[in-house]
Amino acid sequence: MHFKARAAEAAADRALQAKLGTAKGLFVEGRKRAVAEIDLEATREASKAIRNTCIADLDLWLERFESEATKRGGQVLWARDGAEICRLVTEIARRHGVRKAIKSKSMLSEEAGLNAALEAAGVQPVETDLGEYILQINDNELPSHIIAPAIHKTREEVAELFERVHHRPRKTDIGEMTREAREMLRAHFLSAEMGISGGNFLVAETGSVALVTNEGNGRMVTTLPKVHVVITGVEKVIPTLEDLATLMRILPRSATGQTISNYFSVLTGVKRPEDTDGPEHLYFILVDNGRVDLVGSDFQDMLRCIRCAACMNHCPVYQTIGGHAYGWVYPGPMGSVLTPLFVGLENAIELPHAATLCNQCGVVCPVKIPLPDLMRKLREQQVERGLRPWGERAALKLWAWLARHPGLYALAAKLGVRYLNWLAEGGDRIRVLGLAPSWTAGRDFPAPEGKTFRELYSEKRK
Amino acid sequence: MKDSRDDILGRIRRRLGRSAENAAAGRTAIDAVLARRAQGPRPAPDADLVARFRDRSEALASTVEIVARLEAAPAAAVRYLAAHDLPRAAVAWPQLAGLDWAGAGLRVEARSANGDDLVGITGVFCAVAETGTLVLLSGPETPAASSLLPETHIAVVPASRIVRGMEEAFDLVRAECGELPRAVNFISGPSRTGDIEQTLVLGAHGPYRVHIVLLAAE
Ligand code: SF4
Repeated sequence: MHFKARAAEAAADRALQAKLGTAKGLFVEGRKRAVAEIDLEATREASKAIRNTCIADLDLWLERFESEATKRGGQVLWARDGAEICRLVTEIARRHGVRKAIKSKSMLSEEAGLNAALEAAGVQPVETDLGEYILQINDNELPSHIIAPAIHKTREEVAELFERVHHRPRKTDIGEMTREAREMLRAHFLSAEMGISGGNFLVAETGSVALVTNEGNGRMVTTLPKVHVVITGVEKVIPTLEDLATLMRILPRSATGQTISNYFSVLTGVKRPEDTDGPEHLYFILVDNGRVDLVGSDFQDMLRCIRCAACMNHCPVYQTIGGHAYGWVYPGPMGSVLTPLFVGLENAIELPHAATLCNQCGVVCPVKIPLPDLMRKLREQQVERGLRPWGERAALKLWAWLARHPGLYALAAKLGVRYLNWLAEGGDRIRVLGLAPSWTAGRDFPAPEGKTFRELYSEKRK
Repeated sequence: MKDSRDDILGRIRRRLGRSAENAAAGRTAIDAVLARRAQGPRPAPDADLVARFRDRSEALASTVEIVARLEAAPAAAVRYLAAHDLPRAAVAWPQLAGLDWAGAGLRVEARSANGDDLVGITGVFCAVAETGTLVLLSGPETPAASSLLPETHIAVVPASRIVRGMEEAFDLVRAECGELPRAVNFISGPSRTGDIEQTLVLGAHGPYRVHIVLLAAE
């Protein structure tokens, strides 16, 4: 992964920032308005407690969920990694003679690269969230935001894409474009044999999955096909329907600034014998893929995440570079923590540094995940494991050595100040920092004001 | 090779330091949490639940007409369809088959909706005042597709079924149904998307319009 290169490219992309700017306004202002209607701090504290309750006894809660779901006709399967998700889903597809699978947004399916596996098995996967659909028909482009996946696309880009793929006259009105996508997808909804969804929460009390969408595609995917497969992380379990009500008070508010999402379904078991709709077969695939290693670790707090995206919506770095620069499924602060933990610290070396540690994310997170602390811990681990570049390590060694030799340190500081003043040519700003010119490529470096602290201190004492 | 379930649960157990004794205690604690069904912090209830429900529904881009009784619902539905130049043909929940739709000038088939039906008429199990949300349970008399596939959804909501929050809605399901039905659907306004340039568009995959016929005296 080359975060720096991608970030630099994105940071220079003014059009991207314009798009991110609009979204920021909507999400940040929307959230502010929506959380004002509730006791935010109490609700965050309660939400954190709900998530912690289950994570603290995760094995027992999962067993309970499994037995309740099984009792009601669901089948609970387990997957260690992405490959196992792909194997299980394609097996299910084969068992039920599935040719087409409609999907509502599932981040785990992105983690697993499920679409490619389905295609290889002769099953056509169709993304039905409008944003995901746009990306899928554009050669399986990666999402750049966890709840607004196509946030980086302009209407012109989408219009052109639709014209090319749908072979219909070009439309530029967003309402008309949405209708066109609706018509294209409707046929898929009615013909698919399998629906694949994520799950926002698993309710242990009733063995149910709770699913939130605005478009209604989540309901289609879980109502119309004869098979429904839920793919979700093992950490998604919560105790009761009351807890669900609490979390639903904060999730849509944090995510999009809505007081409630348009559609929110609690799904329990399969179609009853007398029912006219609903799936005949229901599978839950509970996934590890790196999550289990977080249990009982320094990073356990991250398991509380309810994937609301508030952290990225409020992150100044995300607002500048967008989601693609982060290189994997999860962008923004939550991605800076999750990606290194899931794909390996050595494979995402820059991500824990892709933050100013301003703690905007920590302040808005509905389940109070201390994201900056976790990024700092990841940085520590990189240093401990010797993963930082040699130049940085050498510089820090040198600094440590100097710091242990006060006389030399004072001398170095004195020389440093003189050098910087010389660079500033008597002014108060340095336009090009001699030894590290890239530092001043986009900004000036403030010049030191006169003498070092030690010099001033000893003069005062005299 | 160990099976994935044993492997995943085994590793979680090891990481949590699970033993036979603390597992027993843990299960007792779980039973207690499930029995207690503790509620989280909640906004203060409104004195007038019906007014609150109406306000919130309208804020979510639904429309509301108030009539007194169930018998007036067909005429209200026709008024709405006529005002919006929509077809005078609909599918309705079998539960509502007994109303005099034909007398009001509406051709109604009492069945679940398919992809071609343009108007779907449903009742509700209850409705939530806090958020202006309709709560529908799936079932043979109350099929889920009727509120989803048609472009227009008309929902008949008795005022007496409006409850304070989602917590009360779940309580009511437990009290009246025992078990949860296959689907409890919370519907808050027409289907919407903001996926192209974050511009809000109504009618993504589900209905473009949700019209609520509120029965004040039921
Ligand atoms: S880390 Fe917190 S703010 Fe970010 S997506 Fe997860 S729950 Fe939301």
